[in-house]
Amino acid sequence: MERINLEFPAGKPARRSALAGVVGSGDLEVLLEPNGAGSTAVSITTSVDGMGRIWEAVLTRILTAAPLPAAKIEINDFGATPGVVRMRIEQAFEELDAAGGTR
Amino acid sequence: MNTNALLKRSSFIELGARERARALLDARSMRELIGPFERFVSPWLAQQNVVTQADDGVVVAKGRIDDQPAVVLAIEGAYQGGSLGEVGGAKIAGALELAAEDNRRGVPTRAVILFETGGVRLQEANLGLAAIAEIHSAIVDLRRYQPVIGIIAGTVGCFGGMSIAAGLCSYLIVTQEARLGLNGPAVIEQEAGIDEYDSRDRPFIWSITGGEQRYRSKLADAYLDDDAEAILATVRELFRTGLPAHNRSDRHADFLACLAGVDAREQARPDAVRALYQKGL
Amino acid sequence: MPDAIQHSRGASWLAALTRNTPPNGGFPATVHVVDAALAGEPARYIAVLPDTHNRFPRVRNGEVGLVEGWALARAVSELVAQDAGRAVKRPIVAVIDVASQAYGRREEAYGIHQALAGAAGAYAAARLAGHPVIGLIVGKAMSGALLAHGYQANRLIALDDPQVMVHAMGKAAAARVTLRAVEDLEKLAAKIPPMAYDIGSFASLGLLWRLLTVAQPDAPGAADMDLVETCLAQALADIRTDPSRDLSGRLGQAPRRMSKRVRERLVAVWKED
Repeated sequence: MERINLEFPAGKPARRSALAGVVGSGDLEVLLEPNGAGSTAVSITTSVDGMGRIWEAVLTRILTAAPLPAAKIEINDFGATPGVVRMRIEQAFEELDAAGGTR
Repeated sequence: MNTNALLKRSSFIELGARERARALLDARSMRELIGPFERFVSPWLAQQNVVTQADDGVVVAKGRIDDQPAVVLAIEGAYQGGSLGEVGGAKIAGALELAAEDNRRGVPTRAVILFETGGVRLQEANLGLAAIAEIHSAIVDLRRYQPVIGIIAGTVGCFGGMSIAAGLCSYLIVTQEARLGLNGPAVIEQEAGIDEYDSRDRPFIWSITGGEQRYRSKLADAYLDDDAEAILATVRELFRTGLPAHNRSDRHADFLACLAGVDAREQARPDAVRALYQKGL
Repeated sequence: MPDAIQHSRGASWLAALTRNTPPNGGFPATVHVVDAALAGEPARYIAVLPDTHNRFPRVRNGEVGLVEGWALARAVSELVAQDAGRAVKRPIVAVIDVASQAYGRREEAYGIHQALAGAAGAYAAARLAGHPVIGLIVGKAMSGALLAHGYQANRLIALDDPQVMVHAMGKAAAARVTLRAVEDLEKLAAKIPPMAYDIGSFASLGLLWRLLTVAQPDAPGAADMDLVETCLAQALADIRTDPSRDLSGRLGQAPRRMSKRVRERLVAVWKED
């Protein structure tokens, strides 16, 4: 098990919290909460060791492709592929925009 | 069923625990207690290098069902096989305890438990087991006042100490995909040998512990399609029905009479079980 | 006692506690139900015993199977029914020496989960009706068997002895299921009390009311009996002065602090503002 922390430039603080995914085999849970303006902080706990560079590459691509709200992102990962990681993070950000919010 | 109906049906099994709870509660009434952002995680898993889930694999959702106060306890089968640890177990037991307290104060809170679980989380062993004993206690308490409805939808099914909890429910709803048994197939095979129980023979496993078999053996009360609306409708109907005349778990006399007629020299056959219980229960 | 019953601690302790009172008729050889005194008042003692000639082939070494589960339910429920109109509810002592539930095709097919629910439900209902329920762990207290016979007790007492063990699954099976070597499991158990197999670690979780050291746990002598019977009497008095009939007394020790915190938090957020 490994913990990885990353930081990325971002926009205005996210307006609410959002959740996506579960810590199932090949999946991950993404908890997204508002952060201070300007930066997104990601903390990852993953069951697979030695993938630090890949996490950095994958998250850089997802979080810097377009302007995103500043968020604290907690990831609890159980061996998801980069494709599943992207899907869950996108789901979480989509939920921020959804009318119903998280409740 | 025709194609149109099939396409309109929304799968309950494909929903995660949170969405299953949402599906059962009246629109906009759902309020999650100790949700993932409170981060009540297992205190025991990190030191074993097991990744924690923020809600410890259990969702406590308060709200209304058919405009009556209700709480839905939904186990997330995808996390650690739905196994119960200290925190998840306490969420279920604690919520059931408060529901019973509500009834003593005149508030008719009823409960639904979504069983998707292999039983005790072995990484927490004795604290999982203790929590399950407390869940049993709380079900027996609450079911004096309001029906406690259990739902086993699949794909994980309901095993271990939580199968006993299912047996304590006032009513049990199952689907074809569901399984309900005390011991996991692999453990039985290990203990009793492959001739006794072949854990990789899926049709065999379902023939013994599958939802349809349990329903036809009178060990479950409703056998439904994987259809969220049908499940919701049945939950509402059962709450409207009220307390059963007898809890299945109180029928020791009937079950003992049935078992007295079993020739234990022969191996068990699913059709014989159905015939025996349909006649005797 | 019929020679079909091999020696078991459960049998020894049941006989000693009840002064060899014969068990009630109408119950199977595996479930002994004895009405005898506790602290001078009528009580019911119940134990699950091995029967090597049991007609169910997977229930020949003291396992709790189909018939055992329902017989336990009957033994407890009948007492509750008899005392229904009475002010004083007779105590129930579960003498616990149950190495496992029964594993087999017959058991799953006929619904052993439901049989054990019968037993657990009866014990819980008895406690809620005001019967003092005491669990005395003299040997193994494992998994489904314990859930059915003893875990619904108001108070749990255990002997401090290497053969006394409470757990969710035997070591070998647990190792297989969690895909670890037994040695690795043992290393984990050494630093994680809820995973440990020794009764001392179990006691540290706060689930026991008392842990007793006796000289002869296999076949108790007079001094041992004195100690245990005094403790049972104290447990009885403690239950009778306790206004609550629930299991909240098990939440007192540090390892279960999250179990307590969860309940406190639920209370805080239960009602809508």
